[in-house]
Amino acid sequence: MTSVSMTVNGKSVNADVEPNTLLVQFIRENLRLTGTHVGCDTSQCGACTVHVNGDSVKSCTMLAVQADGSDVTTIEGLASGDDLHPMQTAFRENHGLQCGFCTPGMIMSAVDLVKRNPNPTEETIRKELEGNICRCTGYHNIVKSVKDASEKMGG
Amino acid sequence: MSVENGIGVSVKRKEDQRFITGNGKYLDDINKFGQTHGHFLRSPYAFAKIKNIDLSAAKTAPGVVDIFTGADMTADGIGGLICGWGINSKDGSPHVAPPHPCLATDTVKHVGDQVAFIVAETLQQAKDAAELIDVDYEELKSVTDVRQAAAAGAPQVHEEAAGNQCYDWEIGDKAAVDAAFTNAHHITKIDLINNRVSPNPMEPRAALGEYDPGTGEYTLHTTSQNPHVARLLLSAFVGVAPENKLRVIAPDVGGGFGTKIFLYAEETTAVWASKRVGRPIKWTADRSESFLTDAHGRDHATHAEMAFDADGHILGFRVSTKANMGAYLSTFASAVPTYLYATLLNGQYKMPCIYAEVQALFTNTTPVDAYRGAGRPEATYVVERIMERAARDMNMDPTELRLKNFIQPDAYPYETPVIMTYDTGDYPLTMTTAKDMIDYTGFAARKAKSAANGKLRGIGSSAYIEACGIAPSAAVGSLGAGVGLWESAEVRFNPTGSVTVFTGSHSHGQGHETTFAQLIADQLGVPFESIEVVHGDTTKVPFGMGTYGSRSLAVGGSAITKAADKIVEKAKKIAAHLMEASADDIEHSHGVFSVAGTDKQLTIGEIAFAAYVPHNYPADLEPGLAENAFYDPLNFTFPAGTHIAEVEIDPDTGVVEVVDWAAADDFGNVINPMIVEGQVHGGVAQGIGQALLEGVVYDDDSGQLLTGSYMDYCMPRADNFPNFRVETTNTPCPSNPLGVKGCGEAGAIAAPAALMNAITDALGKEIDMPATSEKVWRAAQNA
Ligand code: FES
Ligand code: FES
Repeated sequence: MTSVSMTVNGKSVNADVEPNTLLVQFIRENLRLTGTHVGCDTSQCGACTVHVNGDSVKSCTMLAVQADGSDVTTIEGLASGDDLHPMQTAFRENHGLQCGFCTPGMIMSAVDLVKRNPNPTEETIRKELEGNICRCTGYHNIVKSVKDASEKMGG
Repeated sequence: MSVENGIGVSVKRKEDQRFITGNGKYLDDINKFGQTHGHFLRSPYAFAKIKNIDLSAAKTAPGVVDIFTGADMTADGIGGLICGWGINSKDGSPHVAPPHPCLATDTVKHVGDQVAFIVAETLQQAKDAAELIDVDYEELKSVTDVRQAAAAGAPQVHEEAAGNQCYDWEIGDKAAVDAAFTNAHHITKIDLINNRVSPNPMEPRAALGEYDPGTGEYTLHTTSQNPHVARLLLSAFVGVAPENKLRVIAPDVGGGFGTKIFLYAEETTAVWASKRVGRPIKWTADRSESFLTDAHGRDHATHAEMAFDADGHILGFRVSTKANMGAYLSTFASAVPTYLYATLLNGQYKMPCIYAEVQALFTNTTPVDAYRGAGRPEATYVVERIMERAARDMNMDPTELRLKNFIQPDAYPYETPVIMTYDTGDYPLTMTTAKDMIDYTGFAARKAKSAANGKLRGIGSSAYIEACGIAPSAAVGSLGAGVGLWESAEVRFNPTGSVTVFTGSHSHGQGHETTFAQLIADQLGVPFESIEVVHGDTTKVPFGMGTYGSRSLAVGGSAITKAADKIVEKAKKIAAHLMEASADDIEHSHGVFSVAGTDKQLTIGEIAFAAYVPHNYPADLEPGLAENAFYDPLNFTFPAGTHIAEVEIDPDTGVVEVVDWAAADDFGNVINPMIVEGQVHGGVAQGIGQALLEGVVYDDDSGQLLTGSYMDYCMPRADNFPNFRVETTNTPCPSNPLGVKGCGEAGAIAAPAALMNAITDALGKEIDMPATSEKVWRAAQNA
């Protein structure tokens, strides 16, 4: 067991974990933050995307101990209280989700995408979302959501 | 009068709030006190005899609670999995349904077949213990390809199935078709492979079984599209527990696409074993297990011939298909290549006669069953590929050949030679709409421009029809279905006027919580926010057949409407009493009940309160305002339309860019246009995925699955698609009270043929799906 401490959604957390515990397991199983999902075992689907020190990271590719001392944001920490993040609102307004399973990872990736590309073209959005798989929407409305959010976020 | 958040409005979805904030409750998000973890030891071989299983080292491994094999289940009287639809061969004999044990007993028949179930304190301990199980296998020669399975001397997957045949079935009039071909002016022939695909809902399958020794009740949480059907199968056939002692809950489910209809070995074993270990057991598939065990889709090899007269009118159609069933018959597998496939081979056309024969075969592969569209995409693929080929053979524009042969809008009801009665439609309209959307006439100029840039441009259409909203119970019963295909609903007013709707349909992305609430908002005038839709729990919902075959609105929504009608009927009587009028004089409109010719009126909320606080109430009426309804449809519904794809191919790389897509669909009346559009997008994306990127591949020799992860199985990504143009036309369905047809599968049905026709147009030659860049490049080099 190794002890890890980090800030998750603004709260500091400590735990003893097995050294091979993935960050996604730590988030889901230790912290019971189940909004971060697991959709694959080869780091391809992006369902597990969270922010570590402000950058999007597939939390299945990182060990919990590697995140020691970091500032982690999960989908549960994206809104400020009852005020949804513009990306969350845009996904609802543009029907950017169906079953919702890919959605937390998609939203976390999209927030990072807009941070890096404040005024993304459709092509940029499609390219940047290459690491997130959605089986339901055909991506059409996801692209629309991200574009809409980028405009609202003042890009 | 249109109602706020009522029928026809693109209401934003109720369910989204929990999903966008990470508060959805998918199966793996649920944990129980004292929970253990289950893991399956799976066969590494495609086909092998099990000579011995030695559990001794594994049983004493750290954290192991217990380990089960097939022998334990048999000893406990647990049966195997069944197929719920009986198909008879040409000679009248029933299909061959070999035993399908949850845990293998003496042989394993595909890579990933379950051999043992390890229950441990942690998942890691269960996996570690699995490594200590010593299985003595005798490997056998396997067969995975459907054509090879049919060949003489092929390895025999099941002793019961000579020549690997499950059935050899036929439909239509062979003699009439033979005669039509004799008189034909032109005959077009085609050979097609409909590639095997893996459905890949993003949430992997999972199960959480528990047993309460106090009540003797089992509870199974499972990723199911139809929890009541799972309960029925687990009770009546597998024998886990009687229905009244078994509760099945399907919570938020992350996509299904057919693959979560079926009852699988894993959930069955997990719920059964929970009593044996006396603690809850959770099993969650990792993606590799999903590839190995989620029922696959398609996998047909087809030869088809179509006969035409000198004017290009169809004279007859002849189809012969080999369908791969995989190693075992999955829950509805037998129906997919027969009654869900060959009955749609008439397409949108006037075909005087059709004859189709389908041979279903066992192979050493994952079982194949319904995948989005289920049989209808395969039918559309055959019909629309051959129509396009025939047009080219006869030097006609493919859309003109279709327009010439379409069933006309005044010809309904239209009986096809393959037992369907189309109820309504306007095929010329959807075709011309799609052509306008994509500027069909401007294509030649666009092609020239592409050519100037060294690119090959192509355009291709697909005029599909499907039968959905399955289905009239008596009709499917006469065709061999083991179940009724009605739906149930309860509309329950609470005393303060809010409403809870219980539906037997199950939402796993379709947005029922929104669409069904719109129905009630419209029909009963209840504010949208005051309506809750409950689904997915056999203890809460009276009964249900679940969601598949684009049936939720046409059948489930009709059941809700029927229950709402009963509410209105009763509310009229209460209103009449309260307003001292005769029930015959009460008029109802969107939840307002008024006495004809007066200004006296009551709202449904006031009436609901009176029904639960019946101080001033009709003497002969029961208190309360809650009504149940079962709805059994009168006919299938027949959504139809035309999709047109435009592609640009780089001959130097073989990369196909889908540059434009036009979808004109007739879904009848539309309740929520936003949701319907989303369903079309998703369906088209899955269809393009199948045509362009996806394909399950087995090694011919070893039978190993070569596409077992997202590293090898190419899932479509955002940059594989254009924006889709989507429009709907509307000929209301006459056979259900809502006039709706169903939209969930249309895109997946239409898309593969449209895309492959466009690629054929660009290349000037035909290739099989998936049109990977390698295949396209090779074809372009030899062009
Ligand atoms: S679960 Fe992390 S990428 Fe799929
Ligand atoms: S919404 Fe279902 S996977 Fe994206």
